Amino acid sequence: MSQDVFVVIEHLRGRVADISYVMLAAARALTKGTGGQVVAVLLGENVQALAARLAADRALSIEHPALAEFTPDAYPKALAPLIKEHQPRAVFLGNTSVGADVASVLSARLGLPLVSSCLRVTAERRLTSQVCGGKIMAETELPETTTLITMVPGGYSSEEGQSDQAPALSSAPAPALDDLRVTLTQYYEPEAGDVDISKEPLLIAVGRGIQNEGNIELAEELAKSLGGIVCASRPVVDQGWLPTSRLVGKSGKRVKPKLYLALGISGAPEHVEALADSEMIIAVNTDPAAPIFAVAKYGATIDLFDLVPELTERARAARPA
Amino acid sequence: MNIVVPVRLVPDLVEEINVDPGGTALDASWLRLIINEFDDHAIEQAILLKERGGGQVCILAPSVEGVDDVLFTAAAKGADRLVKLEGLTDVGLSSHALARALAPAIQALQPDLILTGVQAHTDLDGPVGPLIAESLGFPYVGYVASVTLEAGSASVRKEYPGGLVAGMEVRLPAVLGIQAAEKPPRYVAVSKVRQAMQTARIETQAAGEIDASGALAIQRMFQPEAAGRATMIEGEPAEVADRILEILRESGIV
Amino acid sequence: MPIRETFWNIPHWAEIGQYVLAFLTVAVFTWGVIRRIRRWRMGQPALRSERFGKRVGRFIAHAVAQLRTAEEGYPGIMHLMIFWGMVMLLVGTILATIDWDVTRLFFRFQFLINGLYLVYELVLDVFGLFVLVGLGMAAYRRYLIRPARLQAIPSGYRAWEDGYVLWMLALIVVSGYLVEGLRIAVVRPSWAAWSPVGNAVASALTSLADPTSQAVHLAIWIIHGAAAFGFIASLPFTKLFHIVAAPLNILIGPFQPEGALAPARTHSGPGVRAWQDFTWKQILDIEACVRCGRCQDRCPAFASGMPLSPRDLMIKLERHLWERGNGRSLHGDVVTAEELWSCSACRACVRTCPVFADQLGAIVDLRRHLVVEGTMDTRVQEALANLARYGNSFGQSERARAKWTQPFEAKIKDARREPVEYLWYLGDYASYSATLADLSRATVEVFRAAGLDFGILYDAERNAGNDARRVGEEGLFEMLREKNEATLAKCDFKAVVTTDPHTYNTLKNEYPSLTGNGREVLHATELLDRLITSGKLRPSKRLGYRVTYHDPCYLGRHNGVYDAPRRVIEATGCELVEMPRNRERALCCGAGGGRIWMEEGKVRERPSESRIREAVALEGAEVLAVACPKDVTMYQDALKTTGHAERLKVRDVVELVREAL
Repeated sequence: MSQDVFVVIEHLRGRVADISYVMLAAARALTKGTGGQVVAVLLGENVQALAARLAADRALSIEHPALAEFTPDAYPKALAPLIKEHQPRAVFLGNTSVGADVASVLSARLGLPLVSSCLRVTAERRLTSQVCGGKIMAETELPETTTLITMVPGGYSSEEGQSDQAPALSSAPAPALDDLRVTLTQYYEPEAGDVDISKEPLLIAVGRGIQNEGNIELAEELAKSLGGIVCASRPVVDQGWLPTSRLVGKSGKRVKPKLYLALGISGAPEHVEALADSEMIIAVNTDPAAPIFAVAKYGATIDLFDLVPELTERARAARPA
Repeated sequence: MNIVVPVRLVPDLVEEINVDPGGTALDASWLRLIINEFDDHAIEQAILLKERGGGQVCILAPSVEGVDDVLFTAAAKGADRLVKLEGLTDVGLSSHALARALAPAIQALQPDLILTGVQAHTDLDGPVGPLIAESLGFPYVGYVASVTLEAGSASVRKEYPGGLVAGMEVRLPAVLGIQAAEKPPRYVAVSKVRQAMQTARIETQAAGEIDASGALAIQRMFQPEAAGRATMIEGEPAEVADRILEILRESGIV
Repeated sequence: MPIRETFWNIPHWAEIGQYVLAFLTVAVFTWGVIRRIRRWRMGQPALRSERFGKRVGRFIAHAVAQLRTAEEGYPGIMHLMIFWGMVMLLVGTILATIDWDVTRLFFRFQFLINGLYLVYELVLDVFGLFVLVGLGMAAYRRYLIRPARLQAIPSGYRAWEDGYVLWMLALIVVSGYLVEGLRIAVVRPSWAAWSPVGNAVASALTSLADPTSQAVHLAIWIIHGAAAFGFIASLPFTKLFHIVAAPLNILIGPFQPEGALAPARTHSGPGVRAWQDFTWKQILDIEACVRCGRCQDRCPAFASGMPLSPRDLMIKLERHLWERGNGRSLHGDVVTAEELWSCSACRACVRTCPVFADQLGAIVDLRRHLVVEGTMDTRVQEALANLARYGNSFGQSERARAKWTQPFEAKIKDARREPVEYLWYLGDYASYSATLADLSRATVEVFRAAGLDFGILYDAERNAGNDARRVGEEGLFEMLREKNEATLAKCDFKAVVTTDPHTYNTLKNEYPSLTGNGREVLHATELLDRLITSGKLRPSKRLGYRVTYHDPCYLGRHNGVYDAPRRVIEATGCELVEMPRNRERALCCGAGGGRIWMEEGKVRERPSESRIREAVALEGAEVLAVACPKDVTMYQDALKTTGHAERLKVRDVVELVREAL
């Protein structure tokens, strides 16, 4: 078993996902203890450009037409022989719609242990994972064999995993990838929203606490008075009260605003992980034990229906006409 | 079309979740078990498929407290077979051990399609779905939000972040990790569930030997530090609004 | 000798014709009634025979004296005049028939002679006039005043029937007077003055006192006969059937407590899917409806612009009963889910209905079917799922139910463990709502000040199920009731007191095991009233506020508790002023029937806001007193949205008492 740490880079349609950089940062923290190299693994077709900002010591690519787009059958088929051959200390994948599909299959196929929902890794080989909706943290020690780890964002910033220098890229042989049982038929674009919330500096977020579609107007008024945009957590979008383009969360957009005002949002991990890069989070929720207060800078437990009109009034008064 | 839905019951997060005195496991005395939300969606998706194209839906669950109610509720929604596996009462069972125990029972049911929740919040060693798929030699696709069945294959929609969705075709038999059913899980009237309790039958089977090899040793379980907690703003709404505006001014946002 | 010239001027063939027509009329009428009875029997069985004495009493009060109809002055007088007028004319006709065709033919004497005949003529003439005056009032109201509740009858539902009734009656009475007048004008009997109206008509027609008037007389006589017979024959085929159905409905109506709902018939089954699933009593309700529209006038949902009108519901159901397989289904085509979900189960419609129809029962029965089908909005589904799992609609752990008690150093007695005199059942809102925790604590202070021996159920308390039942989830209601009855069976208490009228209603009326052995269920205001009256609780201050009191639906209309809360308010030294819509007429806040769990939809004006405006319109009113935790929430919200938060304060009666201690 080598002491190198592999990071399977997640990318979709030519763009490297933020989680990949987070994983590289975690891998770096781990190699400080294991003393190996951080190796970025790129699967796809013509992946050169994707390696540009990866903070890895070196990069391995497996290129094959069947890997051009992610499918959950091709990736494990390509990765399994690579892992078997190199026997790295650990393999990082994202706890996402890409990585989570692959990691467990590899774990069973290769008989390797798997640690999921990992938030942080220490040089002493301690892994901290989030379970029970973020209410409980579980610490495990990296097993003595090649271990698969799926990571969630929040423990490291994506900047920590980026570098100006692209790592040296070498290619690994692609195994036979015929007779794949899962094929991609097409992509469905997300609804062309009027705004791209991931670029907005001021976000007013509504969650289940907004209670019904009619009340969203209150948030819209507040947003207008502050010069911001309304976005939402999953329950609101599931109900159809706001389009998916406004969804902030694991299945939605990652945002990095200056201000994230969370109204009636409990702070489930799937939502919180997408706003971890916000400069300031202010949360309003009548439940003092809501997990959102753990990530917010300021909080209030008053009723949002009492607060919002007051805030809107003041914000309007503050804005020059 | 034989659809099998393995479901799990997990600690209800509405209740307080505490760590036991040993510090490495959940305090069982506070736990109330509820069906894993994603498994509930898997049941709904299975019933929708049955309503559209016929077939049989079989629900498989470990025999823990509250499982009967879950099974009868599924029957009231339209599930045909209910199977309870004895010997799987440990809530702290790892996904790998669970998958190993479930696989033979699922195989015996000769499924064409297996639907299960994409994850459960107790998964420390990953979701169960892919592990089941691998032990049965089936393909797996997770984060599925829609399923259409054709001859020998399933067309699914897989959700990616940012609202992007990929359409994929999966050869059957397969395992799908359901993120959301096409419709939210339906409400079933208590009277129907009670009726199901009279008419439906739960089959009990013994689970295979629990093989917990390769389980992760949890060193420590704890509640996340309160460090980094928000500074709370007290007072009447008007006062809170004043303070917030002050904060926004100070940080140059307004 | 004064005697009735029954067939003066009537040729023999017309006389025969009349009897033939009478026979045909009776045949058609009978067939019409049989047809209706057959429809009734297609409904489900329902037991209706107990308490005969009370039934007769109710019959006399409401079918004969028509007290409910008379609750509104103008329509009351109008209807009574028409009703009694026609009754007397009918009696008169019967007497005349017996006089001519029975006693004369078979017993060779007539009794309508001399003095009796003169009185007979006078009475009938006067009552006939009553009918005309009543009809005049009715026509004026219907065609000139045009009140809202008589307008906009659903299309295709034979709105012409209303006019038909008025004009037919008018035709009969007017033609009757004309016939009488013409006869008097020609015959000139010396006792003509005893028929004042006929006499007056005769004077007006003296110009026609010539042979031609006899032809006119015959013609009008034929018209009168045809109209009368036609009217009777058409009775079972039009809304006139209420003459039979309404008194019958009043006679056989249920005597269970108003607040109790009839259980689902098919053992918590699917409610009403097709009209045959209604009980025959419910079908009778539908047929007795006269489209007076009072229910619509009082309905808070209708007033706020929601798609429900109890009047239209009954009209549509009535038409649907008679449709013949044109493929329209009850749910969806005739009645929509949206309509049914608009109801807040306030009982205003039932309370005001002059024919004692139970619109609310029909709505709940229809809702029961929607629940089984799952046709509800997701928020209701969530609330029901939470009730089933956690025993409260908030979705919070049952272990958090007593968190509001934490600040108390002296612990409140645990009724599960020790005997208590009063078991205090809080209800979900008082236990879980953060904004109401203070109110619950205030209640503790008041109880303690009165030296009351009370306890609570802590974590074992579950939602009593009142609103789950009114949403139509009968199975859930039964499940909750079972659990609660089991919990209560293990406790030792003399009476139950509750601060929540919804809980009060169901515990008092729908939990037979609780009230079975003489134990009482009291609302907090009833208990406070007793404590104050007996001196155990002495307010030490006189608050001096100008207070108006809102009668909660489940305390007032459902259970008749109107005075106790008022006495309590006055005992705190407050001045009580009444809103126009008070007591039975109080407007529901809009939260009942599960509506507090539902999406609001587009409303013109929320019932709670309408109520706030009503309160604010009272000069000098400072406080709106309520006795239901949901009211506190609804009205505080409404104060904000109507911008009257400075003008009026919402206070629970218990809070006023605490302040006055």
